[in-house]
Amino acid sequence: MKEFLSQPWPWYVSGPLIGLMVPVLLFIGNKPFGISSSLKHVCAACIPNRADYFKYDWKKELWCVVFAIGIICGGFLAGTVFQNPNPVKITPDAVATLSAMGVKDFAGLHPSGLFNFQAIFTLKGFLLIVVGGFCVGFGTRYAEGCTSGHSIMGISNLQVPSMIATACFFAGGLLMTWFILPHILNL
Amino acid sequence: MKLLRYFFVGIFFGFLLIKAEVISWFRIQEMFHFQSFHMYGIMMSAMAVGMTSIFLIKKLKAKTLSGEEIKIAPKKFTWGNVIGGLIFGLGWALTGACPGPLYALVGGGVPVMAIAILSAILGTFTYGLIRNKLPH
Repeated sequence: MKEFLSQPWPWYVSGPLIGLMVPVLLFIGNKPFGISSSLKHVCAACIPNRADYFKYDWKKELWCVVFAIGIICGGFLAGTVFQNPNPVKITPDAVATLSAMGVKDFAGLHPSGLFNFQAIFTLKGFLLIVVGGFCVGFGTRYAEGCTSGHSIMGISNLQVPSMIATACFFAGGLLMTWFILPHILNL
Repeated sequence: MKLLRYFFVGIFFGFLLIKAEVISWFRIQEMFHFQSFHMYGIMMSAMAVGMTSIFLIKKLKAKTLSGEEIKIAPKKFTWGNVIGGLIFGLGWALTGACPGPLYALVGGGVPVMAIAILSAILGTFTYGLIRNKLPH
């Protein structure tokens, strides 16, 4: 059982299950699938002297924060209790490309040499973790959604703004990956 | 106690994100280098299931468990979709994670992502402070 639950799932199993989050959240409470707004609700709930943007009844939106806490717990189960003992099976091409960019450790979900608490105090780690996280929070709120809210929920509902946003998520990612990240990893 | 159901759906979703490996920096890099079908297969099959579900919900006028009519708010275009989308894309490739995955990673063995979440909250807060000055 433990071995079975410790394997990664192929795309044709995990993809449709991710898609099922859309009807599940609609059926259990008329909620649109989306996660990035949880960050906004945390701001509204926790930071005093807030801007007008954060003045609303966040208690009504608490479901999204509870959902996010659930994700942390689910992540703990899958990544710690039922941890996959093998490295992520990226293609040999990807291993070659990333090695050439200077990535050394391929164990685990994230390269541990780049993503750890000591790394934050280096310029490279600060850019990857702190600046990266800031861009995720600022960008998703400015875009009014993330890969869940736009790319899955919005596109499932055939919303043109979500298709545009998704294309831009991708454009930003490509720009970073191809033109900026190689320099950052070289720092 | 109604909130508890979202906690359990969250647990399932967090488990799923890790098992799908969509939260892995390696997978995100592989995707942006067009070196594997994995991420594209996941995105496309998730969209297909989501689309079919919403189509059926609308067609059958399905109701929620408590009998409410299911309503999905339409999205309105703003330039934020473009500019914010690009900024998020930069962060996505840097951290190897979007918001859901950041949460899953904190639980799933990359605890430093808690710092990335704090930084994302700060980013969200900054947006709230300066949004009136930004083009929309």
